[in-house]
Amino acid sequence: MAVCIAVIAKENYPLYIRSVPTQNELKFHYTVHTSLDVVEEKISAVGKSLGDQRELYLGLLYPTEDYKVYGYVTNSKVKFVIVVDSSNTSLRDNEIRSMFRKLHNSFTDVMCNPFHNPGDPIQSKAFDGIVSGMMVQTG
Amino acid sequence: MMAGSQWELPPELCCRPMAFVALTGLDVVYNAVHRAIWDAFCANRRADRVPISFKVLPGDHEYPKCRTKRTSYEWYIPKGILKTGWMNKHLNLVPALVVLFYELDWDDPQWKEKQSECATKVEIVRTSLQGRNTKVAVVLIQKKTPLPPGEDLVASERASALCNACDLSGKSLFVLPHTDHLVGYIIRLENAFYEHAQTYYYTEIRRVKSHKEFLNKTTHQLLFVRHQFKIAFFSELKQDTQNALKYYRTAYSLVHELRAHETNMLEIKTMAGFINYKICRLCFQHNTPLDAIAQFRKHIDLCKKKIGSAELAFEHAAWMSKQFQSFGELFDEAIKLGLTAIQTQNPGFYYQQAACYSQDRKQLAQQLCQVIAHLSVPTTLTPVNEILHSATATASKRRERHQLFVSPSAPNNHMTVENGDYLTCVWREMSATEVKHDFFIVVFAGIDPPDAEKEKTGILSLQIKERDVPHSELIIALLSNAVAQFKKYKCPRMKSHLMVQMGEEYYHAKDYTKALKLLDYVMCDYRTERWWALLTSILTTALRCAYLMASVKDYTIYCMELLGRASTLKEEQKSKIEKNLIKVLMNEVPDPEPECDPSSVSAARSLWSDRMALAGSNELTIEVQDYIPFIQCKAKFQSPSFHVDQPIQLQVFLRADCPHPFNFNKLAVSLSNQEYNQWCVVESAQDSMTLVPGKTRCYSFSFVAKTEDVGKKIEMTGIEVMLGSDAGRCVFLSWRGAGGDAASTHEALQASRSSRRWGRGLEARQELDWDSLSLQHSTMIISRVPKISVQLSHQPPALTNEMFCISLTVQSQEENVAKEVKLTAGLKPGQDANLGQTTHVTLDGSKVCDDSSPALLPDVPLGDLKPGEKLERRVYVRCVSTGPRVFLFHVAYSIDTTVEGRHIVCKCHKDETVTIETVVPFEVSVKFVSTKFEPLDRVAVDIPFLLMTDVLSSSPWPLMLNSSSLQLLTMTSNTPQLQSQLHEVVLQTGECASECFCLRCPAQTSSSSTVATGQYLISWRRQCSGADGPLIQTTVTLPHVILESVPLYIHADLPSFGRVRESLPVRYHIENRTGLVQEVEMAVEPSDAFMFSGLKQVRLRILPGSEQQMLYNYYPLMAGYQTLPQLNISLPRCPTSNTNTLRRFLPQRIFVKPQGRQLDDASIAAA
Repeated sequence: MAVCIAVIAKENYPLYIRSVPTQNELKFHYTVHTSLDVVEEKISAVGKSLGDQRELYLGLLYPTEDYKVYGYVTNSKVKFVIVVDSSNTSLRDNEIRSMFRKLHNSFTDVMCNPFHNPGDPIQSKAFDGIVSGMMVQTG
Repeated sequence: MMAGSQWELPPELCCRPMAFVALTGLDVVYNAVHRAIWDAFCANRRADRVPISFKVLPGDHEYPKCRTKRTSYEWYIPKGILKTGWMNKHLNLVPALVVLFYELDWDDPQWKEKQSECATKVEIVRTSLQGRNTKVAVVLIQKKTPLPPGEDLVASERASALCNACDLSGKSLFVLPHTDHLVGYIIRLENAFYEHAQTYYYTEIRRVKSHKEFLNKTTHQLLFVRHQFKIAFFSELKQDTQNALKYYRTAYSLVHELRAHETNMLEIKTMAGFINYKICRLCFQHNTPLDAIAQFRKHIDLCKKKIGSAELAFEHAAWMSKQFQSFGELFDEAIKLGLTAIQTQNPGFYYQQAACYSQDRKQLAQQLCQVIAHLSVPTTLTPVNEILHSATATASKRRERHQLFVSPSAPNNHMTVENGDYLTCVWREMSATEVKHDFFIVVFAGIDPPDAEKEKTGILSLQIKERDVPHSELIIALLSNAVAQFKKYKCPRMKSHLMVQMGEEYYHAKDYTKALKLLDYVMCDYRTERWWALLTSILTTALRCAYLMASVKDYTIYCMELLGRASTLKEEQKSKIEKNLIKVLMNEVPDPEPECDPSSVSAARSLWSDRMALAGSNELTIEVQDYIPFIQCKAKFQSPSFHVDQPIQLQVFLRADCPHPFNFNKLAVSLSNQEYNQWCVVESAQDSMTLVPGKTRCYSFSFVAKTEDVGKKIEMTGIEVMLGSDAGRCVFLSWRGAGGDAASTHEALQASRSSRRWGRGLEARQELDWDSLSLQHSTMIISRVPKISVQLSHQPPALTNEMFCISLTVQSQEENVAKEVKLTAGLKPGQDANLGQTTHVTLDGSKVCDDSSPALLPDVPLGDLKPGEKLERRVYVRCVSTGPRVFLFHVAYSIDTTVEGRHIVCKCHKDETVTIETVVPFEVSVKFVSTKFEPLDRVAVDIPFLLMTDVLSSSPWPLMLNSSSLQLLTMTSNTPQLQSQLHEVVLQTGECASECFCLRCPAQTSSSSTVATGQYLISWRRQCSGADGPLIQTTVTLPHVILESVPLYIHADLPSFGRVRESLPVRYHIENRTGLVQEVEMAVEPSDAFMFSGLKQVRLRILPGSEQQMLYNYYPLMAGYQTLPQLNISLPRCPTSNTNTLRRFLPQRIFVKPQGRQLDDASIAAA
């Protein structure tokens, strides 16, 4: 289960960040922000080779001592980042993928809301619920 | 003493092990030959030389004593994994080979004596190396070049004698002649030494391996590690890195099998760290970086949880930090040697993690060492001192036995018996490992019962020591290493993050200037990427720094941004900041920021009061455009353009985001023309100058533009809002252009996308939507709208060259007199440049204008125009070439008017443009025909021909052709007086007028065969332009003709018709046109239609220039058009000439009337 889930706009500002409340929230902000370096690099590397048939899942972005950071980029360059505790070895690549897919589906629903202005922070209860389901349950 | 040096890896671990060879018997100080030899060994050693470290030692040097060999391990209990000096001993103290240099020539007169002296010296070395496997070799330094082997019998005999005397094998005796090729000899020598050294290390490895059988797993666990380590190290000395790696790996796994306790944890970790270092280093050396990384990961995973004593947890963090740091350094070094790293795997990550552990260390140290802060030094000193004595005593005992591993850097820290240092230094000397070993012994060997008091004191002293470590300095150094790496591997955000950490660390280290510099540098990255939570956190730290430094400007800036909409602070925090900001504006000392160090706060307070007391310099201008200040400003001109007779209106919108209403004292807009600035200022202390949070305030300004500024742009160059007052402190917030800040562009974009714009009802619109307010930073001043009408009438299209008339009617609808009306007419500028050359405009339509007339007539004065008055002008345009043209008619005038009570003279103008197509009036086609109306492709000299012209009108208007004429160049007219056949002919569209001229071309002197004919001139006008309109002369250049000369010209005289059975006399004239006598053969071919009399075939001569006549009487037999009997003419003298051309001149056919009836005459007569 994730300790932090973030949605980042095409222009690299956060649309949504949620982390487990027990830990330092700021640290996760920094972790997600720095992971964008790798995301950008991966996107630009893909852009050079194949245009349309791109794999959205970017895989493990970089491992830190304490966390593993995974990335996913939609076709409209919106990024999803999931941070997982390093000690959590039970999570397989496939499960991370399916988490991202779920996240993407929910995000698409948010975008389909005619009252949502793309580019504004996400304030959807449904999306919140999906994210909560993927987060480490505390307490 | 370098901070944290206790954790540095010892140099003998980090160096590359090389075989150690000792050279004795060399006097490098006083003997030049010896000096040269030594230099050849050690100076400028290139990479291709064998890896040996040489040392010069005296002949009687005492080598470390060899312990008596243990025969059984049964009762032996090892006290540590590895002895402190072991690596150093084998690198620098115990040689693999001792070489004795001795000066002795084979033919030395005192051979015997010298031989025994040499033997003695060898013996001395041997004795000193008692018990070791170190080899001894002898090098004889000789003055003479040796003879080839086998030739010098004396030499071989004496060599074997010497070997016997010294108890040396023949392989260990060398001869070094010091002649020209010293370096060459030395290289050969050292290769031989290298081989000996290899053998030595090989035997050492064998020796260590042989211990294994005596060991048992329960008591000798430590020895398993020690032996594997030693084998690996000897393999390295032997340059067998593959095996070294293998043994190090075994040693590494054995280390982790050791029973670990709190007391020996540090020793195990230290050893594991050493072995890990060796393994990683070798992996990088073998170019298998992935193995190195995997090993390091394994190492970290294994050791991460081995914290050891909780009271000394900072030691673990320090050790972890060091592990990461040294791996980072190894990685970095490998990169310098050609390894390529990638974004996600580069040394930066290791430095970063090292910094991270150093931060942990700092925190742990702060927590754990807090207690001692309260203990006063004297009370601790006494017990510590007591223990010191006993502890040092035991430590020195241990050291004598060399049973312990101590960090080699420790012995370097000599005791400095000076006040407080005494305590720390002594403890330093026996710190960490040694203290641990006391415990180690307790646990394993049962010697010295655990002394709780001693242990406590030991821990305490270590904690005191830790308290003095400059943690921040270490962290910053590691972070800056990491920053350098991430910069290299394209990780800008990681770099920024690390710089924030550096800044925060500087803040903790109380170096606020550096902290601010770093934080300020990265702030803008987070601002442009819109990570508000991060920006707020950085700003908060920066605000504290600015407070503690009492930097008014920085403090104000950070306050403003923290109050702004980008800040994620809570309301109460914002309120506090706002209150502080107001205090600063009133020139009062602000309240301290929370979480600041209390001692720094009091220092800051006095700094602030100093600052406040300082008179003057209480004006401050802040460029806020690049920040996100709590006052937002947007300005716009009401319209992108204003007529000069309208007042210019502009609005400034202000909005505050702070929690409480905020006052300001002045608002000023600067414009590109500063004369207008005076109209755009509000300044007062009314309540209109209060900004209520969440409400948009609008300030409107209006002014009248100057008439000189017509056609110019007025731009807002800046907006200034003054906070505070002269009584306290004035802070000017200044925006460039029309306001907006670092975040407003994005907000405007979002607002434009928003569905709310369309969705919301009107009542919602009454409140201005701030985000969708757009800026309009400039306006254009344009001239007053003219109140006149300009009408054009003309008959298009224009015909080439004609004087095309355009009549212009100007009517005034002004209420005042339009003064100085001026007309500019002609080709509109900015079209094809050629049009300017081919278009001429004039006001005079009575005659055709010439090329000197301009394409544009500027400023034709038309006088004044009273209200309602009408004025008419005709403009004539002559277009020389065809195609469309745009003509401009620009009527300008000036008029007096009043704007907001101000009297101004406005210049107005009205433009009218018209596009006129120019076409050719008619097309002229010309053809040459013979007198028989046959088309001619060439013309014969001096033979008449016809020129026919057709004038085809293509003008939509009827044309009147006045006259036409030919201007001939070389040709002459065959008719004496040429008269135009086209006089006063009117052509409608599509009609054609033709003319015919008979011409003759005289012989040409020039050789060219083409001849210019001349020109055809037509003068014409539009029929509608009336009789007084000017005539236009159109000139058509006639085509060239190809001229040919004929040798013979032949023409026939014959009646215009014949009659059946009546004689038809035909006379042929044959002219010789050449300068030679021509012989001509003529023959008449028989014809069915004629009988004839005359010479059927004749051959005659014609003199130059003369003519011969031939008369035939033809007698037609049939009526109708009949072909005349063909006359064949040939010139035997010039067979090339074509008789066909001749035939062209002759009539081919004749009309033969039927025979008249005789009776008819009678009947006519009868009738």
